[in-house]
Amino acid sequence: MEMLKTERLSFAYPEREGEGQLVLKEIGLTVERGSIVAILGHNGSGKSTLAKQFNAVLLPSGGKVWVDGFDTADEAAQLEVRRRVGMVFQNPDNQIVANVVEEDVAFAPENLGVPTEEIRTRVDDALAAVGMANFARYAPHLLSGGQKQRIAIAGVIAMEPECIVLDEATAMLDPQGRRDVLETVRRLNRERGVTIVMITHHMDEAECADRLIVMNQGEVYLDGAPREIFQRVDELRAIGLSAPETVKLLDSLRKEGLDVPLSAISVEECAGAICAALKAEEKNAPKGNETEWNQF
Amino acid sequence: MLKDITLGQYFPGNTLAHRLDPRTKLMMVVLYIVALFCAKGFLSYGLMALFLLLCVRISKVGFRALVRGMKPLILILIFTAVLNMFYTPGRAIASFWVFTLTVEGVWAAVFMVIRIALLIMGTFLMTYTTSPIALTDAIENLLGPLKRLRVPVHELAMMMSIALRFIPTLIEEADKIMSAQKARGADFETGNLLRRAKAMAPVLVPLFISAFRRADELATAMECRCYHGGEGRTKLHVLRYQKRDLFCLVTMALVMIGAVILGSLGY
Amino acid sequence: MEPILTVENLTHTYSAGTPFERSAIRGIDFAVGPGEFVGVIGHTGSGKSTFIQHLNGLLKPTAGRVCFRGQDIWTSPRITHETRFHVGLVFQYPEYQLFEETVYQDVAFGPKNMGLAQEEIDRRVREAAGFVGLREEWLDKSPFELSGGQKRRVAIAGVLAMEPEVLILDEPTAGLDPAGCESILAELRQYHRAKGNTVLLVSHSMEEVACHAGRIVVLDNARIVMDGTPREVFSRAKELEAIGLGVPEITRVAMRLHEAGLAVDPATYTLEALRTQLLSLRGGRGPC
Repeated sequence: MEMLKTERLSFAYPEREGEGQLVLKEIGLTVERGSIVAILGHNGSGKSTLAKQFNAVLLPSGGKVWVDGFDTADEAAQLEVRRRVGMVFQNPDNQIVANVVEEDVAFAPENLGVPTEEIRTRVDDALAAVGMANFARYAPHLLSGGQKQRIAIAGVIAMEPECIVLDEATAMLDPQGRRDVLETVRRLNRERGVTIVMITHHMDEAECADRLIVMNQGEVYLDGAPREIFQRVDELRAIGLSAPETVKLLDSLRKEGLDVPLSAISVEECAGAICAALKAEEKNAPKGNETEWNQF
Repeated sequence: MLKDITLGQYFPGNTLAHRLDPRTKLMMVVLYIVALFCAKGFLSYGLMALFLLLCVRISKVGFRALVRGMKPLILILIFTAVLNMFYTPGRAIASFWVFTLTVEGVWAAVFMVIRIALLIMGTFLMTYTTSPIALTDAIENLLGPLKRLRVPVHELAMMMSIALRFIPTLIEEADKIMSAQKARGADFETGNLLRRAKAMAPVLVPLFISAFRRADELATAMECRCYHGGEGRTKLHVLRYQKRDLFCLVTMALVMIGAVILGSLGY
Repeated sequence: MEPILTVENLTHTYSAGTPFERSAIRGIDFAVGPGEFVGVIGHTGSGKSTFIQHLNGLLKPTAGRVCFRGQDIWTSPRITHETRFHVGLVFQYPEYQLFEETVYQDVAFGPKNMGLAQEEIDRRVREAAGFVGLREEWLDKSPFELSGGQKRRVAIAGVLAMEPEVLILDEPTAGLDPAGCESILAELRQYHRAKGNTVLLVSHSMEEVACHAGRIVVLDNARIVMDGTPREVFSRAKELEAIGLGVPEITRVAMRLHEAGLAVDPATYTLEALRTQLLSLRGGRGPC
């Protein structure tokens, strides 16, 4: 059974002006168990609203959302849904409840009525999983942004969820903090098979996903493998997103007639593709000065 | 300047005072306060002061830290002292206009200052040696029986612990907002009281707005982590009384009885 | 060129005399001339926030001096206060400092504190709002009705309206999407071109700094470790990586191409420059 599934999901914020304006329009998606999915979109594209549908923080105005087979609109199943899908939000300060790290990590299991001894093992295990075991007795406000987010992730892991949704969880972090958080979720995916849904507008974060969903104006605009989607430079630009620098470079060269593939995303691939293309052009040129190649 | 507030600060340690069950400490403080209000003369106050001194030594909290914590309350101390001095009827020493200084007044002022100082230091000793979360746990636990009377004990305790958690965050934020407004030429340091109070609006408005936003986001985050009130909740740290708790409570009770007897005899 | 802002041997120590004593910056020397656009880079904890808060007198140096136009800004309280109008500082997430009832009043807060005449305040508010693309009809709205990106623009306009000779921005694009980042940076560059004042842009993003700054200052571990043109700084890629900063992606591609034997400058840092170089190599025209 798929982890998450939406069917003709529509949503409008009831209290907002311009009533009836749909933030999400008839979205049909499935997220496979154990995958990493990145959801990309500019501010206001509806991506965060979509994320909040995945654990019943928001309920559909139309259509259905299923989490591991549970209908999120079913109030009786609410705890089951929330236990399965953990959320990590943008602002690290506003999701830490307790003033000692281990107490915070224990918050969810406490709510679930897990016996005391098991809470202890879950907390220790969760802190170890995010590499923060040495900080168990710290006060959260003394930690860096990246460390706080890892505590928030640990707090979610202690629920033993099957899926973690990161709602722009790296937007307020510096590059080091961002790398640490991404490394942590990738490891959780690899080692524990946790399904990861990342909401982001950072292209480099989307690169490591198995699948990329691009949102625009409440609709799924593009959906596919990152390598495929990054090649659509102009379409991305049109909706306020940008492709990685490497792809943009290749694209600008292509427009000058140089035959390079847009699929060369990494720095190595990109440099290799450019060298190969220049070499090929030289070979085909009717007569040109000889150029020496050291390696290729 | 906001960072100087030490109220409710916790100094981690591993002394007897730190290891005591927070409920024991809370009850001791209550007994101590009761005893203080029964004390009358030098002997009973001396006993109370001695006992506090002993506790301070055991806890290894620096005496200076305790006194520093009292700084913000000095104004209140002086105010009560002056009020007592002039408004206690008795033998007049000096008088001017409507004020009369009396011998009884002076004594009353001295004892009042000692009483408040001991009370504050006693309470601070508890907050210095008890983590806020343990303290809220203790309050929730001790007030537990009130749940039957439909008093929302768990909710109150949760609110308290969240408030404690956010104090450093909000202080930091207030500092940041003040710096930002200073960078736009706001002046918090000069002018009379009214002007300074007015100058705080650019700090308080954003601070409140951000506090509401934080509260909103925190509530969502708590819901996401399956929070649904106190029902069926378990705890990572379960409070358990030890022998030492009984010992300390009995000692405290004896000291209190001593103070009450001495006080009722007028010493 | 006479520098507008100079910093000599600047040191700041937090919690001096306690076990928590920590030097946030140590012995920093720095000078910036009128009209320069400088990128300031360093990771969290490198001391860059402490550094910039000294430049407009929000923090007092533990040792060393900060001079604006040759005069120590701590000479008298009045001069310190006035320095804040000459050296404008936009904090990180400045939208959280808005407080007035209307956008207009909020932008006018700085100029009002300067004691300017009503007409002058009005002119400055409108001009500043124009630079950051705030529409005329938004001026009478409550700032809290606006979107996140618009709020940030209001806050930036609030500093621009003081017409500071030196403008410092602490990560003005943090948390925005790519389109939002690009447009704010474009507005700032246009402002810089029109006014010709000095700009210090603090950023985590190498790409951002590479595209806009004519000079880059790198802070690490409480000191300035590099100070030069983007070309000079990015040619020290190994050192940058050692302190956890790295170089722009384009520079990494250029380095690879250079290693592969192409006649490409390994310190190239803009897409445009690299494209031009590569196109000139086509068909074997370029020597290696």
